[in-house]
Amino acid sequence: MAVLKLHGTPFSTAAMRALAALYEKELDFELVPVDMKAGQHKSEAFLALNPFGQVPAMEDGDLKLFESRAITGYIAHEYASKGTQLVSPDPKKMAILSVWMEVEAHQFDPHAGKLCFEHVFKKMFGMTTDPAVVEELEGKLGKVMDVYEARLTVSKYMSGDCFGLADLHHLPALHYLQGTSSKKLFDSRPHVCAWVADITARPAWGKVIALHKS
Amino acid sequence: MATPVKVYGPPMSTAVSRVLACLLEKDVNFQLIPVDMSKGEHKKPDYLKIQPFGQVPSFQDESISLFESRAICRYVLEKYANQGNKRLYSTNPLEKASIEQWVEAEGQSFNPPSSALVFQLAFAPRMKLKQDMGVIKQSEEKLNKVLDVYEQRLGESRFLAGDEFTLADLSHLPNTQYLVSVTDKGEMFTKRKNVGRWWSEISGRDSWKKVVDLQKPQPPKSA
Repeated sequence: MAVLKLHGTPFSTAAMRALAALYEKELDFELVPVDMKAGQHKSEAFLALNPFGQVPAMEDGDLKLFESRAITGYIAHEYASKGTQLVSPDPKKMAILSVWMEVEAHQFDPHAGKLCFEHVFKKMFGMTTDPAVVEELEGKLGKVMDVYEARLTVSKYMSGDCFGLADLHHLPALHYLQGTSSKKLFDSRPHVCAWVADITARPAWGKVIALHKS
Repeated sequence: MATPVKVYGPPMSTAVSRVLACLLEKDVNFQLIPVDMSKGEHKKPDYLKIQPFGQVPSFQDESISLFESRAICRYVLEKYANQGNKRLYSTNPLEKASIEQWVEAEGQSFNPPSSALVFQLAFAPRMKLKQDMGVIKQSEEKLNKVLDVYEQRLGESRFLAGDEFTLADLSHLPNTQYLVSVTDKGEMFTKRKNVGRWWSEISGRDSWKKVVDLQKPQPPKSA
């Protein structure tokens, strides 16, 4: 029986974020499905794992954790010696990594997440994409991408020379948006485009996407 | 004495005040450098060099330049781990994970609706901008749901991450301060028994009282 369990659905961007970290660290874990259509994420049993009723939630032995970025941070530090190095033991490098993780959470994700909802999740729920909302969100995300283009011109990855959590946290939204008309936001900026191509090609990420087919 | 660290931005900014609270808790000397946002100073090329999104705060010490208030706080807590309030963060993996979980909850669930309310109710009137009643209603509904979760949590635990006041609680101070002191939404916190008790305790800390003082209009300096 696996000690590490991730509760969620592999289609949720937040769950995919945690799954990416688990695969990068080459950890043994069990993905425990949560049937969101049936409202399982609002059941008493699930609320005991995440009182906000959101996926994912993680169990590692007795430790219970929610919030995907807290889960990835825990995994990256606790299993530092396994798989890909996702954080840095150097305090200054860790501080820079922390800056760009916050950027993903507060500058990128608010717009990218809503764009994913308009393009992808609305369709899954039988609703129609609102083109005016898409245009507004693309405008906002475009400004963020301008900063990213400047950053990635001087830095191979978000926080420096190596792939880390700051890059990983972007993968789910990037994956979904690459399949929509909004991909032009990335394609039109050469350094962003190269970075997206690089990080989405990682084998660990391929394993997350493979879950969509099973 | 160590060179004071530099914090750029007005203390009335919620994100700036988050950093100030942390520095005061850790007894770190700082220099608060004004950024005149009414004159667009935060969007000028010189400022954009240290904060490419044109927002406050940004932070500099002798070795590094940073932005994003929660990242600045984490750096300060790590660098000055051995001074001031040592229980604000933890190197113990389980304690650290719990703190980070609630810092993320603040950033992802609490901050969006509460900062929308702070902007609509505290800043928009001052800036003579029209309030959006739809946003106010939606944000209040969302924030109520979040505070229901907090009410339950704070019935099980003195502070969000456990028995100690940590970065997770500190992160909530800025937005809540505005909502409680200058809007009619303070009741959302004070009418809930556990949240009310928690707010009273965390806002009563000396460090936070100093931040609130810094947020008051300062008398003009004499020549």
